[in-house]
Amino acid sequence: MIEKTGIPSKAQVKAEFPTPEELSRPKAVIECYKEIPCNPCETSCPFDAITVGEDINARPQIDFDACTGCGICVYSCPGLAIMVARLKNGEAEMKVPYEFTPLPEKGEIVNVVDRRGDVITEGRVLNVSKSAKQDRTALVHFAVDEKYLYDAISIEVSYGS
Amino acid sequence: MQKSEVVVVGAGPAGLTAAHELLKAGAEVTLIDRNASLGGQLIKQTHKFFGSEKQYAAHRGIDILERLTENLIPYERFHLLSETTVVGFYHDKVLTCLKDDRYFKLQADSVIFATGASEHSIPFENNDLPGVYAAGAVQTLMNEYGIKPGQRVLMVGSGNIGLIVSYQLMQAGVDVAAVLEASERIGGYLVHASKLRRLGVEIRTNMSIKSAIGEAHVEAAEAWRLDEDWQGIEGSEERYDVDTICIAVGLSPLTELLEQAGAEVEYISELGGNVPVLKDYETTIEGVYACGDLANIEEASSAMVEGRIAGIRAAQALDYTVENAEMRLKALDDELVDLRSGPPGDNVRRGLKKMEGLT
Repeated sequence: MIEKTGIPSKAQVKAEFPTPEELSRPKAVIECYKEIPCNPCETSCPFDAITVGEDINARPQIDFDACTGCGICVYSCPGLAIMVARLKNGEAEMKVPYEFTPLPEKGEIVNVVDRRGDVITEGRVLNVSKSAKQDRTALVHFAVDEKYLYDAISIEVSYGS
Repeated sequence: MQKSEVVVVGAGPAGLTAAHELLKAGAEVTLIDRNASLGGQLIKQTHKFFGSEKQYAAHRGIDILERLTENLIPYERFHLLSETTVVGFYHDKVLTCLKDDRYFKLQADSVIFATGASEHSIPFENNDLPGVYAAGAVQTLMNEYGIKPGQRVLMVGSGNIGLIVSYQLMQAGVDVAAVLEASERIGGYLVHASKLRRLGVEIRTNMSIKSAIGEAHVEAAEAWRLDEDWQGIEGSEERYDVDTICIAVGLSPLTELLEQAGAEVEYISELGGNVPVLKDYETTIEGVYACGDLANIEEASSAMVEGRIAGIRAAQALDYTVENAEMRLKALDDELVDLRSGPPGDNVRRGLKKMEGLT
């Protein structure tokens, strides 16, 4: 149970995802399971796709029709609780926030972890972005087999040699 | 005796915003802090803040600190006394200060205390062994001085501080063996817990530390499960091979200076323990105010708002005209209501109700 472990159940995770059809285009997936006073996801979204509302403690709601998967909310979320997911050619592509060094390189094969931190598969790094407006939260874009859609959450941290 | 119309004690988030409001209104402000660098705890906050745009949400604490400090620089009537410790405070608003091994006195018309809080310790065997740190100390070492506290850490406490410091330790390349939580649920925001857990760090509820093991330095830690009465269960001990134990089990407001001058202090556990009795941020001594963690243990976002309100109130009491005062005070109050209206604000809301009953 997430209140004891920090790990959401599979049902909780799935409930936050759009349908596989909707995921033919990139969409933000927000995993903010408990009310906290916070709304940068809403205010950062250029497409008004995310609503927290007047009470900033409310959980964010996302309109998947309006979401373009641009990824601005991903680095704006102070809780690092948002990623962008997409299904393409049998793979799940994910854009996740990453605040560790060294950053992976484009094309690199990396270990991909689940919400427990266990390595579940290998992934291919599609891109790494770290523009100034991201304020030191890099976005790592990687691809894994689509069967890991609801499990993959980040890449394993490597501290270099 | 030196004089300053207003003295603000403590240059953390609350003190910086209080000073800014007073300067804007036209008051002379002396800001005193015992550290060389301003910002209080903000200087160690490398994570992005929660809240809304009004409290600089999504910006990192270290960058918010810069903004708050820059606000003060243009004012001619701003004086800064850093590396200065206020060691005494008297009811006639005289402060005794210590700087460069010399004492001096300072007379003020109005004083704002934003002294913050100190970290709790907990009793366990060998808790004085080198390698046992408070979480704030670990953050200072790492984020301010760039020094790793150790190679492998056991974190005790899963409030936001315990979770954030654990994450920052991992960022610094220090392994976190586990986070222990005495209660049955994680104390801090679940988003912090989840981002730590996906790094492989286990958060263990109903568990606490039993002892630190080692001769001259921590070599291991023994944790154990707690029963419903929070008593350790014999036979449930587990050993963690760590060289550092980090304690993040809460904060107590630093009320000592206010108490010296005879300001009333009341024990309200929901606000963090002994807190000054306040009405509109004014203590029971007229012209003496308190805000930030000193008033109630909360996030820095709230402290910044409280500092602004205390600053405006103090400026008004000194007969300065604050532009759109009523509107601004209402807006700031609304910000606090917003920040506190969800589940994480339950305690503070209860505590403030008790406080209202006192005044």
